[in-house]
Amino acid sequence: MNFGLSILSLARFQFAMTTVFHFFFVPLSIGLALIVAIMETIYVVKKDQLYKHMAQFWGRIFLLSFAVGVVTGIIQEFQFGMNWSDYSRFMGDIFGAPLAIEALVAFFMESTFIGLWMFGWDRFSAGIHCVFIWLTSIGTMISAMWILAANSFMQNPVGFMINAKTGRAQMTSFGAVVKNPQLWYELPHVLFGAFVTGAFVVAGMSAFALLKKRNIDFFRKSVKVSLIVGLVATIGVVGMGDLQTRYIIKEQPMKFAATEGLYEDSGSPAAWSIIESQNTKKHKSNWSIDVPYVLDILSYHKLSGNVKGQNTLNKELHAKYDKKFGKDMNYYVPAKTLFWSFRVMAISGGLFALIAIIGLFFNRAGTDLIMRQRWFLWVLAICTFLPFAANTAGWFITELGRYPWVVYGLLTIADAVSPNVSVASLLTSNIVYFCLFSGLGIVMIVLSRRALRQGPDDLLKAADDAPYDPYGKGAFSHE
Amino acid sequence: MSNLQFLWFILVGVLFSGFFFLEGFDFGVGMAIKSLAQTSHERDVVIDTIGPHWDANEVWLITAGGAMFASFPMWYASLFSGFYLILLLILVALIMRGVSFEFRSRMLTESGRNFWEWAATLGSFFAAFLFGMMFTALVKGMPINAHGDMSAHFTDYVNLFSLVGGVAVTLLCYLHGLNFIRLKTTGPLRERALKWARPLYWLLFAGEVLFAVLLYFNTDFFTKKPVSSLILVAVLVILTILATWGVYSNHEWLSFISSGLSLIDVVVLLFNGLFPRVMVANNAANSILIKDASNSPYTLHLMTVISLTVLPIMLVYFIWSYWVFYKRLAS
Repeated sequence: MNFGLSILSLARFQFAMTTVFHFFFVPLSIGLALIVAIMETIYVVKKDQLYKHMAQFWGRIFLLSFAVGVVTGIIQEFQFGMNWSDYSRFMGDIFGAPLAIEALVAFFMESTFIGLWMFGWDRFSAGIHCVFIWLTSIGTMISAMWILAANSFMQNPVGFMINAKTGRAQMTSFGAVVKNPQLWYELPHVLFGAFVTGAFVVAGMSAFALLKKRNIDFFRKSVKVSLIVGLVATIGVVGMGDLQTRYIIKEQPMKFAATEGLYEDSGSPAAWSIIESQNTKKHKSNWSIDVPYVLDILSYHKLSGNVKGQNTLNKELHAKYDKKFGKDMNYYVPAKTLFWSFRVMAISGGLFALIAIIGLFFNRAGTDLIMRQRWFLWVLAICTFLPFAANTAGWFITELGRYPWVVYGLLTIADAVSPNVSVASLLTSNIVYFCLFSGLGIVMIVLSRRALRQGPDDLLKAADDAPYDPYGKGAFSHE
Repeated sequence: MSNLQFLWFILVGVLFSGFFFLEGFDFGVGMAIKSLAQTSHERDVVIDTIGPHWDANEVWLITAGGAMFASFPMWYASLFSGFYLILLLILVALIMRGVSFEFRSRMLTESGRNFWEWAATLGSFFAAFLFGMMFTALVKGMPINAHGDMSAHFTDYVNLFSLVGGVAVTLLCYLHGLNFIRLKTTGPLRERALKWARPLYWLLFAGEVLFAVLLYFNTDFFTKKPVSSLILVAVLVILTILATWGVYSNHEWLSFISSGLSLIDVVVLLFNGLFPRVMVANNAANSILIKDASNSPYTLHLMTVISLTVLPIMLVYFIWSYWVFYKRLAS
């Protein structure tokens, strides 16, 4: 029974589905942890209760996101063994270490301190309590660092050798694996992207509340904090994206050519296609709308220079790898997806910067401009969802652009899949995950909307301003 | 087998022991939500006993999995791809249970809370049961080929032995959870947990005897390592006697520590039986050995240095968080 499906396509679909879904909640949690930490720090410094309530209110969204992020993360760890056992055997010597370190260093830190943060409001001084959310936030970032160290090796293998006897990759320098340049371009870009996500979710959800004119002071201050973070993070994410682009031209030129829809060499100076119709079967461009010089600016920060097209690169890759992998390899990556993903990402980046600047201007103290510009509140509200599209687009480029390899130049995707897993098993797990994720996604949206609709009133009104703490005073009864 | 390989076999065992000791009572407490607790308030209290901790306890599993990957990738690859459907069900159970506590606290209706309480209870039950089943099947021996790939049929992992193993682990976790509730609450919950634990311990004795008999017939434990296996079975029985005594004489710490140690003893029993293998094949020639399954000495050495540096720091704040919330909750 294979229903016309192959284990390879099912395993790839599952990896895409589980990572995309997981990565809705990862950047959201990293971003929200930082923003909640900043809000609580303002509370500690200014002693203004409003910021404490802000930290508690947005903390509710953070905890929801964190819970779903954790459980979908377990799938990721199991998945390498379940669906990609030959990958695990080939890569275990290198890939397992960052994964184990991530758990030991980061997961214990975030899970322990998030527990202390959740249940510790009454048990610790404001300053100590604030340290807990910072440790949680730092934990989420350390976690990102180690998992991206693992991913970076797959993009750009360094510090290893192939064991002649076993045929498997073997680490020769942990320092090189950690210092992988790919990692240090990728990590800041991902982290800034996460901060953008957290910032625009807080700003966007606040805009929904402001449209209904609820808790205006509370939500305007939330907009202020989040858009400042959002603006700084957008500058960071675009800047690091630019550095990463110029790195990729050198290391993975096929990926870059595909994101620019370039089939033939551009010649100098190179024009940039805003939109393009492609024929991916014949590997050519049908028509495109071009802007002169821009591709050179993107690629080299200059006004001249040739950028290699996919057809040239395909020949180069065949020349380089045919001896090892055979003539039948297809080195073309899913070009249309990469092309449009890049545009989603780039346009989002521009929009975020623009909206953050306008928003901070409308929202400045002493004016209620933001309340009168309802069109802007709507735009900001819709921005709640945009970061998720941008994040997903970024990973499409990174991961699909690695095709046909799972480890660049070393191991093909086809050789990585578990040989002993049946189509029926994979089909079952795909259906189960699909149903599970649909359910979790719906519950997340419903609960986030509900938290927003209920607003922070319960926090603002509570006389003793203490959230329910089962470990608070009175719970303890002596023997 | 090198010293480092031996050390990492032990370390993986230690991490799984930590997981079963800690997540064992989490699973038990989870099951108690819909069994022991009878009112909405009692269910709140039961959940709050593990509220600050369950997430960090589960990280022991993630770390055990990661450590297995980082030290014995051939073991990790064979085990995870081989027990595919069991692990899929374990994941579903862990996911439903993992979100249930947060989601339940946001529910406005009784039926909404009811749904997530069942998710927590059933998720805990199936996670404990399926882990028990998987580890029992693991030591029994599975169809594994020369490449290390396991292609098991339904009856290879669902049979009398694995079912008894699953039930025994579930019961151990449930009692461990009851012992934890006795330590962490006051009032009716504490008394009821004590009352329920008494008959269940007699059931556990029966389960352990049955498990030991099946272990004798289904594995090579008693032919290859008769002395250590017998000692570990005896320790399991003694610990259960101590826990039972703690239940009848109402020594709460004694019961809790004994039930926790008996879960660890089960892990030690299984790892002792596995040694020097990591996967037992029906065809002995295909069993995967520690010496063949591990990473390079470089990576093992690296992971040893990192783990031994980080673990003590992590243990300090991990234990501190228990000390912070060491309070009984009134039911």
